[in-house]
Amino acid sequence: MVDSVKQLLKAAQEAIAASTDARELDAARVQYLGKKGEITALLKSLGGMEPEERRDFGQAVNRAKSEVIDMVNARRAEIETEQMAVRLAEERVDVTLPGRGQARGGVHPITRAMQRIIEIFGHLGFEVATGPEVEDDYYNFESLNFPAHHPARAMHDTFYFGDGRLLRTHTSPVQIREMQKQGAPIRIIAPGKVYRSDYDQTHSPMFHQVEGLLVGEQVTMADLKGVLQTFVNAFFEADLDMRFRPSYFPFTEPSAEVDIAWHKDDGSDPGWLEILGCGMVHPNVLKACEVDSEQYIGYAFGMGVERLAMLRYGVTDLRQFFDNDLQFLRQFR
Amino acid sequence: MRFSVNWLKQWVSIEGDADSLAAELTHAGLEVDAVEPVAADFSGVVVGEIIDCGPHPNADKLQVCRVDDGGDEPLQVVCGAPNARPGIKIPFAQVGAVLGEGFKIKKAKLRGTESFGMACSARELGLSDDHSGLMELPLDATVGHDFREFLDLDDHAIELDLTPNRADCLGISGLARDVSAICDARYTPLDIQPVESSIEDHVPVELEAPADCPRYVGRVIRGIDPNAPTPLWMQEALRRCGLRSISASVDCTNYVLLELGQPMHAFDLDKLQGGVSVRRGRDGEKLVLLDEKEIELNPELLAICDESGPVALAGVMGGLDTGVTGETRNVFLESAWFAPATIAGKARGLGMATDAAHRFERGVDPEGQVRAVERYTELLIGITGGEAGPVTISESAEHLPSRCAVPLRLARLNRVLGSDLQPDEVLQILDRLGMRVTGDEQGWSITAPSSRFDIEIEEDLIEEVARIHGYDRLPATAPAGELRLRPISERAVPLNQLRQALCAGGYQEAVTYSFVDRALLRAVHMDQHVLPLANPISSDMDVMRTSLLPGLLSALGRNLRRQHDRVRLFETGRVFHQQESLTESERTGAVACGSALPEQWGTGQRPMDFFDLKNDLERVIQLRGDKTGDVAFEACDLPFLHPGQAARVLVSGEEAGWIGAIHPQVLREMGIKATVFGFEMANECILKREIPNAKNISRYPSVRRDLAFIVPVGVNYREIRDCVTDMTGALLADLVIFDVFSGQNVESGYKSIAIGLILQDVSCTLTDEVVDPIVDGVIQAMESRLEAQHRG
Repeated sequence: MVDSVKQLLKAAQEAIAASTDARELDAARVQYLGKKGEITALLKSLGGMEPEERRDFGQAVNRAKSEVIDMVNARRAEIETEQMAVRLAEERVDVTLPGRGQARGGVHPITRAMQRIIEIFGHLGFEVATGPEVEDDYYNFESLNFPAHHPARAMHDTFYFGDGRLLRTHTSPVQIREMQKQGAPIRIIAPGKVYRSDYDQTHSPMFHQVEGLLVGEQVTMADLKGVLQTFVNAFFEADLDMRFRPSYFPFTEPSAEVDIAWHKDDGSDPGWLEILGCGMVHPNVLKACEVDSEQYIGYAFGMGVERLAMLRYGVTDLRQFFDNDLQFLRQFR
Repeated sequence: MRFSVNWLKQWVSIEGDADSLAAELTHAGLEVDAVEPVAADFSGVVVGEIIDCGPHPNADKLQVCRVDDGGDEPLQVVCGAPNARPGIKIPFAQVGAVLGEGFKIKKAKLRGTESFGMACSARELGLSDDHSGLMELPLDATVGHDFREFLDLDDHAIELDLTPNRADCLGISGLARDVSAICDARYTPLDIQPVESSIEDHVPVELEAPADCPRYVGRVIRGIDPNAPTPLWMQEALRRCGLRSISASVDCTNYVLLELGQPMHAFDLDKLQGGVSVRRGRDGEKLVLLDEKEIELNPELLAICDESGPVALAGVMGGLDTGVTGETRNVFLESAWFAPATIAGKARGLGMATDAAHRFERGVDPEGQVRAVERYTELLIGITGGEAGPVTISESAEHLPSRCAVPLRLARLNRVLGSDLQPDEVLQILDRLGMRVTGDEQGWSITAPSSRFDIEIEEDLIEEVARIHGYDRLPATAPAGELRLRPISERAVPLNQLRQALCAGGYQEAVTYSFVDRALLRAVHMDQHVLPLANPISSDMDVMRTSLLPGLLSALGRNLRRQHDRVRLFETGRVFHQQESLTESERTGAVACGSALPEQWGTGQRPMDFFDLKNDLERVIQLRGDKTGDVAFEACDLPFLHPGQAARVLVSGEEAGWIGAIHPQVLREMGIKATVFGFEMANECILKREIPNAKNISRYPSVRRDLAFIVPVGVNYREIRDCVTDMTGALLADLVIFDVFSGQNVESGYKSIAIGLILQDVSCTLTDEVVDPIVDGVIQAMESRLEAQHRG
């Protein structure tokens, strides 16, 4: 009797081992352990046996049953592992193929440089102010201490509308508008488009400026030098030599132009490159904004965004900024 | 202003080369544009004299000359110049001379005749473009004298780009004063002696517009020799400063202009009729100027007139009829002070630029007129002979600028500059600038030289002190100050987030001009409320844009022509509408064409359509937060959009922009062959958002029911959505639309639409008893309101 159990066990073992997938394995399990299974049948036959015989045989059958269960479970785990390996092999991809979907566009280099300028001055407490692009003579010139017909106006080739209005030639009118609104102290930057009637390789009739204005009781030209040096170093992430040259703007006195020592890619000696104009706010400008020029002192500066973007990003032709060629733009993501 | 360094050195004792002077000038606010040698870099050239000339045996156009170069024997030289003749003195390049780079003069044979050197033209020496013949030198030049030394050619010309406030440096004398301050060098002003008058002749002058011309100095000079040549040294001085020699009487005005900065005009006395008056022009008056252009006068222009009418445009240019010529023997000289505001802009307005106007509109030294007349008389009579009449001064003292003392406080100076300058340092600088100082450091009182009329207020003096002290020597202090938080509104979507949302959709940001071609605006039917420029730079940039679309379409078209077939561009910027008043509004626009996705493996190529673009716009709108339900797209008619693919976008019921396929006719007119989609939105509508207000989320399962309907083609999705939401109320967690089609088994005039309702309750699990009546309600609403047939 016990031998027959051994034979059955051996047959079950072979059937289980021979199964190659979950279905075959389950068939094998049902064959031996199912309700009508062979081991189940042996267990059922125990009822008709003598007690002594039943004990020994019962033990053998129960042992066999649990062995078969273990074998089925072990084989199931094996099959799962094998199938997982097959599936994984089948699902292998060429990871070097490009991803699918939309390609990314990018922001314009002028925007990018402008954002950077705004961010740096933002950390220095300068708030962004804006103003209209269509201005009038008062805001663009007169309030900024440009007398009528003054040759300084000729330095601004102005677009007019024929009714006294004009396109602002600089972002400086925002100084006036904001100071008239806020009074002193004030700390703003005014980014935006400006227009001059000049069009060649190095001039665009439309370009971008960022104007800065700080007025307070304890403001000096030394602060102006310090803030601009800080800005330039931050913008270019380098310690750049800088020089201040006396210059003339009707709305600042003293006035200065600022050059930085710029290394060209060709390795030649650095040359001075003009990047911005600045100065101490002219008393007449403060007066136009009803700010007491004895109590308050201010500085102002203005920079061309195109120039800074050209230097920062190695752009050599100003006109590329406004040509909007995708080949050019896609370099800025 | 262009000047010769050697000329400057006659006035101020500076050392060092031109380059280091240029650096100092730039550093002190007199920006240098160029430094150039005044002659080519030649050597071995001496003054020579042609002793005799004979024909060349083998060439008609050549002569064989003998030239004395100061050596033992005259040299045989073959020469082709038409003016080669015995007795003239010429620059002579000896054998061994080097003219320019590597051009070495050797003993040569020209058509078989030996030649020992070369007689030179002005061009061969880099002195001018004149190559018409040999350069003829004054007969008193010493033969054998080194030519560079003879003409003082080791000199440089410096071109200054002066700011409008520095009119004082528009003459050597003023410039020298500033250089002496900058370099702390000795300034030696010219000692100008009055020329005694020997005749009584004078021209009466009447100042009819004393505010425009408060001083007019005149002098008659008679009996000049019109043929007397301008001496070479003066010609050279003029040449180095960029002026051409014309005749002695004109050259002397130009010389004094350069030297003292005072423009003057010489009339031919014999052509003037009666006395001279200075007055505003009258409408209808005409005047032919020295450049032979006729101008029409008007009351804006100031004129010099004689009894016959206008004879000169004051401060700009003299008249042709009364100007000096090669026959002029008697001169009336004008040296005036015109009010800068009167002259400013006049030359420019007439399309002219003259040295006189350039100076008068910036202002000339109000006290320099008599000096200039004396200097001119001395120079002219020295060259041409003649006799001078008395200097006549007509002036209106009340209209002349007065020289006021300007206050300066040391404490204020240091407060503005952030410096710690000491009183003696400041005084020393002021002294170098020729400023007269009274008072003490609590309140100095400063009088500037009359040429420095730009010094008007304390700040001007502070700048002068800082400038001469050196801006670079002023301290710099790192930014500091109280911390102040700038307001950062969370209700405003940062513009940059909008940009990034579009970038993520494959759009590249463009920046196009704010002015566009009116014809282009017309092509897109956006030429209403246009603001035109009075002086556009060209006709294709003649009006302010009323939309971003034209600029974007042009850029798209350019890219298509450059082999990009998939173009996606966006721009943010202002547009301008002129109605009763002008509106400047910030917009965001986009255009796109080509395939929905970049060409890639594994996904079919599909051209983009309206809904691809709509999704790009929806992703921008979603920046407004969860509450996008108040955004509506309404089919509309816009002349630049495809009538079947055009929508108005409403935000909270307010018109916020449009989206659609650009009308094929518009594209055809612009030469764009692709199908293009675009949108434009008002930034103020899409950059506002609500602060999120979180609600409890449901922990109960949701139920999905799919429904398919046949509806008339004209029924739109929004109507269907309204039917659904009206019936489901708050239980609708989501509504998806998973199929829309027509044709196939659908009767024409109808379309099939399949939707999925996802229902969920926050407080319980939904049962069929709850869901079924709702779904039935939706079906009934669809049937009754939209003539829909439920398909299952």
